[in-house]
This record gives sequence, structure tokens and C-alpha cells, in this order.
Amino acid sequence: MNLYYYASPATFYPLAGRLIPWFAALAAILTAVGLYISFFMAPTDFQQGEGYRIIFIHVPAAWMSMFIYVVMAFWSAIGLAWNTRLSFVMARSLAPTGAMFTFVALWTGAFWGKPMWGAWWVWDARLTSELILFFLYVGVMALQAAIDDPRRSDRAGALLNLVGVINVPIIYFSVKWWNTLHQGSSVSLTRAPSMAHIMLWGMLIMALAAWMYSIAVALVRARSLIIERERQTDWVRSLLEEKP
Amino acid sequence: MLRFLFTVIRRDIMLAARRRGDWLTAQFFFVMVVSMFPLGVGPEPSMLRTIGPGVVWVAALLASLLSLGRLFADDFRDGTLEQMLLSPYPNTLLALGKAIAHWLINGIPLLLIAPVLGIQFNLPPEALWILVLSLAIGTPILSLLGSIGAALTLGLRGGGVLVTLLILPLYVPALIFGAGAVEGVLSGTGAEAHLSLLGAFLMMSLLLAPWVSAMALKVSVE
Repeated sequence: MNLYYYASPATFYPLAGRLIPWFAALAAILTAVGLYISFFMAPTDFQQGEGYRIIFIHVPAAWMSMFIYVVMAFWSAIGLAWNTRLSFVMARSLAPTGAMFTFVALWTGAFWGKPMWGAWWVWDARLTSELILFFLYVGVMALQAAIDDPRRSDRAGALLNLVGVINVPIIYFSVKWWNTLHQGSSVSLTRAPSMAHIMLWGMLIMALAAWMYSIAVALVRARSLIIERERQTDWVRSLLEEKP
Repeated sequence: MLRFLFTVIRRDIMLAARRRGDWLTAQFFFVMVVSMFPLGVGPEPSMLRTIGPGVVWVAALLASLLSLGRLFADDFRDGTLEQMLLSPYPNTLLALGKAIAHWLINGIPLLLIAPVLGIQFNLPPEALWILVLSLAIGTPILSLLGSIGAALTLGLRGGGVLVTLLILPLYVPALIFGAGAVEGVLSGTGAEAHLSLLGAFLMMSLLLAPWVSAMALKVSVE
């Protein structure tokens, strides 16, 4: 199979259309299974009670928030290096989903922190760097939204994305050292010594569900971006004329 | 090559010297923001000493952001920037020269005012010295990273606020290490670790920022 074949918006558009239902269905099934495991099969934690079940949403969301930023940077780098339109479209359609997962991770983290630590928010290294990651997402999206010319908007956003991805590890370590210097280890994220297998399964399935959901949503967004950008081409016109 | 760099720097300094009003605004902004904090949190010396380094550093970040708007904008508006980008010299040098000039114009005065503001916050002399040193290492980072933001938002409506959104998260390590160095002196753990990390961050910014900023300029101008 020739991968370059699908690098053209005209061929990618129908491919994405065929793939979306599959990913969406997988996301729905995995979410249902994952939620069932996490709410009905996973045992109550002996230290944290029922409240720990928040991690079944929280941890997958946090994983996705970081992973999506790296994937965006990957597409940005490809786009800047080879000047492929589709890469920028992919980077752009991933951004809102990534920001959403970052927000969910922060929000559920606050809900988890209140009963466990007794505070909605602490300046823990992970929390702080997640917050800054959220700011980075907002920055990229704000820059893309402020530029009307799609070509410039894509490239500017991609550059900022790449600068951000270089900075993320530096920010993480700086926040970590800052944190240990300030308040020692008053707060630790260590859970019960060994996680029950069923809990781990629940979390992995939820992570997979979040992954499938991200792909489906990004493809939907990419499709509408492609249609919008290629509206003056013949294939879009014939596509629109086919459908009443 | 070096002559090109010096020409860019000299030109920007000369332009700034001829329009002192613009230049002084950012400096007074710095002084005023810092002076607002004791009014807001109360004049207790021990508390002021704890928050002092952080306040001075945050104000330095904001002051540097404030002056970034003019880094490329004036040259862009009258078409000079386009001509400079067309010159046979590498654009990276242009971006580097602009960032250095920005630091000389806006960073150096901050270093000179900072000790005075530190005294307002009741910092002991050895902490004042480290505050100036941390700003001396840190403010070039602000100019270098800031030049990326200024280049990306060139000619956009609401560019000034946008630059803040883009660049402030990237400033976080500089803020942490810079203010941390002064706090290290105050708490007795020493400042060397923080200053070394700040220096490492400066080296990395010096290596990468002019390059990215030149690419951003090309994206914005074309």
C-alpha cells in the first residue's frame, strides 16, 4: 500500500469518512466495557474508598493530554519539513481534543484531591506542569485562531507547537525541583502498594477508549477542515453536487 | 557577518535612543507593578522579603512582554523588515541581533533598577547581588524567547495580548530558576544550582531561539 497516496486531501477525505464509524464504535464499546469494569467489577480501595474510581477517567485523560501534544508536534514537524497540507490539518484538528483532555485531567484531579489530600489544588509538580501544558494548548489554538490566512496560521501554530514540545520536559523538571525545594514531600501520589489487576485493566481499557475517541474526533474535524480549505477544487464541488 | 549583526544592534539602539518615550514606558511599568505589591499585601517586612524575589521576577517578565510588541512591528509596518530579510546575510543573525538589541535596551535598565526595588522589599545585600545576577542571566532568555512570540504575532490584531498567551508558559523555567536563586540565598541553601540551571537554559535559548524566530519571521512576512 502506498502511504503517500493518502497524503492527498482528495483521497484522505473518503478514507477518513470510512474509518470514523469504526473508531467511534470502538470508542463507544471500550468506554462501556471500561466503565463497567471500573464501577462494578473493580473492588473498593481499602485506603481511598470509592473515591479512587476517579482515576479511571483521570489517568487516561492525563496520558492522552501529553500524548496528543507530542503527536501534534510530530505532524507539525512533518508539515514544516515536507510542506504537506494534510499534516497541518491533522495537527490542527488534534489541538481541541488535547486541550479538552488536559482540562478533564485537571478537573478530575481536583475532584480526586479534595477527598484524598483535603485540597482542590496543590502546587504539586504534576499538577503544575499539566496546568502549563493546558496554557500551551491554549496558546497554540489562540495563535491559529488569530491568523486568517490558513497557510501562515498553520505554520505559525506548528512552530509554536515545536517550541512548546522542546520546553515541556524543561518545564516539567523545573517545576519538579521548584516543588521539592518548596514543600518537600508533603504530598505524594503513591497509591496502594500493588494495584489489583482488575483496576489496571479498567484503566487500560479506558485509555484505549480515550485513544479511539481522539482518533475519531480528530478525523471528523480534519474532514471539515479539508472541505473548507479545498472548497474551490473540482473534487469537492463534484462531492457536494452528488449529495443533495 | 559580525558586521551585519552589529549594524542591526546599533540601528535598533539608535532608534530607541531617538524615541525615549516608548523606551521609558516599559521601565516605569516595571517599577510601578513592583511597587503595587506592598500596597496590596501589606507592609510587613518579613512577608515582603519572602515574596520580593518572585514579585520582581514576575514584573520583569511582564515588562519584557510589554516591550516585545515593538521588536519587529515598526520595521514590519514601513517595509524595512522585508528588505532586511532579503539581505544576503542569514536571517538567524537578524533575529539574534534584534533579540540582543532588545535585551540591551530593555534588559539592562531592569538590572539597574532591580536593586532599588529589592531594597523596597527588604532584601539583604547578598540577596540583592544575586537578584541582579539572576536577572543578568535571565533577561536575555526573556528577550530571546520573546522574539519568537513577537515574530509569530507580527501584524496581527490583538497581537500584544496574544504574545502574552504564547510566551508566558515558555518563561516558566526562567522564572522558577531566577526567583529560586534569590530565595536560595534567603533560605541559606545557596544560589549556585539555580544560577547554573538558568545559565544552561540561556545557552539553549541562545542556540535555538534565533533560528526559530527567523523561521517565524519568514512565515509571517511571506
